[in-house]
Amino acid sequence: MATDPTPRQLVVVGGGMVARRLVDALRSRDTDGRWAVTLLCEEPRAPYDRVALTSYFTGRDPEDLALGGQELWDDPLVTLRRGVAATAVDRTEQTVTTSDGRTLPYDSLVLATGSYAAVLPVPGKELRGAFVYRTIDDVADLRTYVEQLRTELGRPLRGAVVGGGLLGLEAAGALTALEVGTTVVEFASRLMPLQVDDGGGEALRRLIEALGVTVRTGTATSKIAGRLGRVSSMEFADGDRLDVDVVVFAVGVRPRDELARESGLAVGERGGVVVDDTCATADPAVWAVGEVACIGGRTLGLVAPGYTMAEIVADRLLGGEGTFPGADLSTKLKLLGVDVASFGDAFATEPGSLEVVISDPVAGVYKKLVMSDDARTLRGGILVGDASAYAALRPMVGRELGGDPAAYLLPEGAAPAPTADLPEDATVCSCNNVTAGAIRCSVTDRGCTDLTGVKACTRAGTSCGSCLPLVKRLVTTELEKSGVTVSNALCEHFELSRAQLFDVVRVQGLTTFSEIIARHGLGRGCDICKPVIGSVLASLGTGHILEGERATLQDTNDHVMANLQKDGSYSVVPRIPGGEITPEGLIVIGEVAKDFGLYTKITGGQRIDLFGARIEQLPRIWKRLVDAGFESGHAYGKSLRTVKSCVGSTWCRYGVQDSVGLAIALELRYRGLRSPHKIKLGVSGCARECAEARGKDVGVIATDNGWNVYVGGNGGFTPRHAQLLAEDLDTETLVRTIDRFLMYYVRTADRLQRTAVWVEDHEGGLEAIRAVVLEDSLGIGADLDEAMAGHVEGYEDEWAAALDDPEKLLRFGSFVNAPDQPDDTLAYVSERGQARPATESERSGGGVLIAGTTLEVRR
Amino acid sequence: MSIETTAATDLGVRWHEICSLKSLSRERGAAALVAGRQVALFRTFDDRVYAVQQLDPFSGANVMSRGIVGTRGDVPTVASPMYKQVFDLRTGSCLDPVGKEPHSLQTFPVHVVDDVVSVGLPGGQGAG
Ligand SMILES: Cc1cc2nc3c(=O)[nH]c(=O)nc-3n(C[C@H](O)[C@H](O)[C@H](O)COP(=O)(O)OP(=O)(O)OC[C@H]3O[C@@H](n4cnc5c(N)ncnc54)[C@H](O)[C@@H]3O)c2cc1C
Ligand code: SF4
Ligand code: FES
Repeated sequence: MATDPTPRQLVVVGGGMVARRLVDALRSRDTDGRWAVTLLCEEPRAPYDRVALTSYFTGRDPEDLALGGQELWDDPLVTLRRGVAATAVDRTEQTVTTSDGRTLPYDSLVLATGSYAAVLPVPGKELRGAFVYRTIDDVADLRTYVEQLRTELGRPLRGAVVGGGLLGLEAAGALTALEVGTTVVEFASRLMPLQVDDGGGEALRRLIEALGVTVRTGTATSKIAGRLGRVSSMEFADGDRLDVDVVVFAVGVRPRDELARESGLAVGERGGVVVDDTCATADPAVWAVGEVACIGGRTLGLVAPGYTMAEIVADRLLGGEGTFPGADLSTKLKLLGVDVASFGDAFATEPGSLEVVISDPVAGVYKKLVMSDDARTLRGGILVGDASAYAALRPMVGRELGGDPAAYLLPEGAAPAPTADLPEDATVCSCNNVTAGAIRCSVTDRGCTDLTGVKACTRAGTSCGSCLPLVKRLVTTELEKSGVTVSNALCEHFELSRAQLFDVVRVQGLTTFSEIIARHGLGRGCDICKPVIGSVLASLGTGHILEGERATLQDTNDHVMANLQKDGSYSVVPRIPGGEITPEGLIVIGEVAKDFGLYTKITGGQRIDLFGARIEQLPRIWKRLVDAGFESGHAYGKSLRTVKSCVGSTWCRYGVQDSVGLAIALELRYRGLRSPHKIKLGVSGCARECAEARGKDVGVIATDNGWNVYVGGNGGFTPRHAQLLAEDLDTETLVRTIDRFLMYYVRTADRLQRTAVWVEDHEGGLEAIRAVVLEDSLGIGADLDEAMAGHVEGYEDEWAAALDDPEKLLRFGSFVNAPDQPDDTLAYVSERGQARPATESERSGGGVLIAGTTLEVRR
Repeated sequence: MSIETTAATDLGVRWHEICSLKSLSRERGAAALVAGRQVALFRTFDDRVYAVQQLDPFSGANVMSRGIVGTRGDVPTVASPMYKQVFDLRTGSCLDPVGKEPHSLQTFPVHVVDDVVSVGLPGGQGAG
């Protein structure tokens, strides 16, 4: 990279979203270092995601709103000045004066100062308790005020938002999140008057009222009244009044064009720095981008057109020829959890438009498509309540839809996906102005092989994310076309997918790895395929996992039937079916833990985990547990973990069925079942769902008439709620349903695929699985039942079996030439009365270590 | 039976008898104490024996012997049981750092004579 010895100076005023995009775009293209950039930011922080401002109230930190990484600010050619405003521009001298008294020369100047939040010119607008909604400081002040006032008054607060547009509903969401009883006051006759029509406004009102927000449309606010300098009520033009403790103004924005005005640049009729379609002002050294720019005669209050402007100026600064293509004012929002989208000519302003409307007031859905007079070309539309069709429809604006337009408005999931014929130049991601062609090209020419790669390469989907479903489909289609086909091969040793392997092994009755790899694979196997085959063989009931050659297939934990921890020690979890345990059982576990110096913790699956066991201690620990009647909990296996239950009808006042009894029965039935990934079950004794069964792979919830069963839930990185599979089953049908569901999953899922993703990826989804499990649509029901019966019958406790076999116990020696000698690098310190691994500094500091697990008592 | 597996040179190496070949299972590892030092031994399908450091450089725990043995192409490998980095058993070099900075393993010469597995430590190491 040849760096220009004296780069030219670019000063960007305004550290908002658009300014950041400009700097980012410039730095990523200006590889020769032709420009050095200074960014003046009046706010005390680096540019952040203003669009996501409201998420500040759902527990996010200001840091989470950061846009992009720190790298941009570490770039030597970028100077970020936080908390510094530009106070004047001298266009003759080409300098900017800053609030900290400096004068910066510029070769080019970009104004990206955004907007002020407008305040209604009514009496009382300056009282304490009246807010605007634009910056992190605004929302932080609002939150502090509400929380303090609530404590002071000791009662729930009431609030009002003036303005029922996009911003007003955002603010209403924020107040609701702060548990303030909220009224939205809108001057126009409907909510979001700029985006939706009367029908959409009505649907929106119903949805929002259902969330407990009061809506007053057609109402002009005339005064904010106060007591002790603090907001206490508001008055309306029609004479009504409303007691409120806090008011948020969301009545639109006013461009911050004062620097331009004062330096003699033209501003628009309704404000905004006048620029041409290259974002240049009349002064060739001065540009304006984002909300402050008045382009094509108006200012644009959305981030996407601002980003386009930023890209154009970055391009022009480097000698490019970009022009502003006109703004796409399409929006898709989730306001208070309600989907709203509007795109294209939503109000059918073009003559000769046809409207196709589907309105379902009960479901709270309103959908409208605006079509050309021959009903073929899509011109725009409005979606309220269910905006799932937005991603597919927006790029089609101005194009023939093909087929019955009404088909696009059918409920979620039923909408067709017109991706195949999406034209190359159709904009898929409007935030970042990425076309279908660019996405396809990133796969075909630029070697992207997955969604993450395409996002990094094209930026598509990296802002609001609403286009992601469409981007993903395009990427998959393109990958499949180009033959890069998402390969099913397990690893270099097997061409087959896990499901295919399972089938051949089962059908051909193979029982050893050597046979399987000789007939269906290549070479000697690896850490990917060996555990898969180990698991397949175990699912098929071929015997103990540590028997003979099978021992070589087992992954880290399975190999010693315990869970490896960070320091190389293990944890031990005996099974406690349904979470029910006798006092005697608890005492045994307690004594074992005490005698071996183990750290104990209750798990989320209602059992007890004992940590800090050394490999050579495992057989002695298990001997004690097995002698006391415990068995392996398979916490180490990709297999059934636990069946969590609430206490159910035996004790609970609300319970309608014996959830503990069922949970124990299920846990004993499926214990030891090896599967593509871990499986968790839950059983709740009534609809209150205390066992959180819907967070499990299989969740059972008692009803007055039997059991409802849900499938495909999980916690973890991507939590999912299980979906209803069948209702009101009797216990016998329930068990058969779960048998088949689990067995079908075990046979057909991919390696490390949990049930949620398996259900999602299964052709035909949950419907198809329901057909297999309940209606035996594949005719494999009896086979699945038999396989499960075989599992139940063939179950043996792995640990008890291992203890009986001196051969297997040999692998638990710590050293082949000193099987009882502990690893002397393990070191523990005491914390809250138990041992935990010493940290690096505690080890090197010495002195604090305790003997911990070496102090066992042998019995 | 007499099989030898050794690293490049035996010069200045001090040999330590560890165990019998049959006390190592095929296609798995076992830890050994070689003059007080933790070493991981692996016996592959062809009855070759390899020795590398027992310390997993990525986690800092003494666990390498508990990883899965396999091959990448023709290279005999072990995968760390902790975070699954893959190493060449012959050279100790890291073949798949799983997105981390690669670290390699120290290897030790091994020879098997009359069913006895011996591990060599570089001169001056161990012994005392
Ligand atoms: C709650 C909320 C929700 C929104 N939701 C959406 C949405 O869903 N979709 C959408 O497209 N848009 C949405 N918007 C609008 C979107 O945030 C704006 O269009 C976008 O932020 C405009 O970017 P900008 O960089 O032009 O201006 P801004 O983001 O306003 O940035 C301007 C910055 O310049 C600083 N500044 C001003 N004057 C000076 C000076 N003289 N010296 C130094 N610094 C100065 C300001 O302090 C400010 O930080 C939302 C806005 C809000 C407030
Ligand atoms: S889910 Fe129902 S039965 Fe179970 S503990 Fe909760 S309230 Fe009681
Ligand atoms: S449309 Fe917003 S990220 Fe693509």
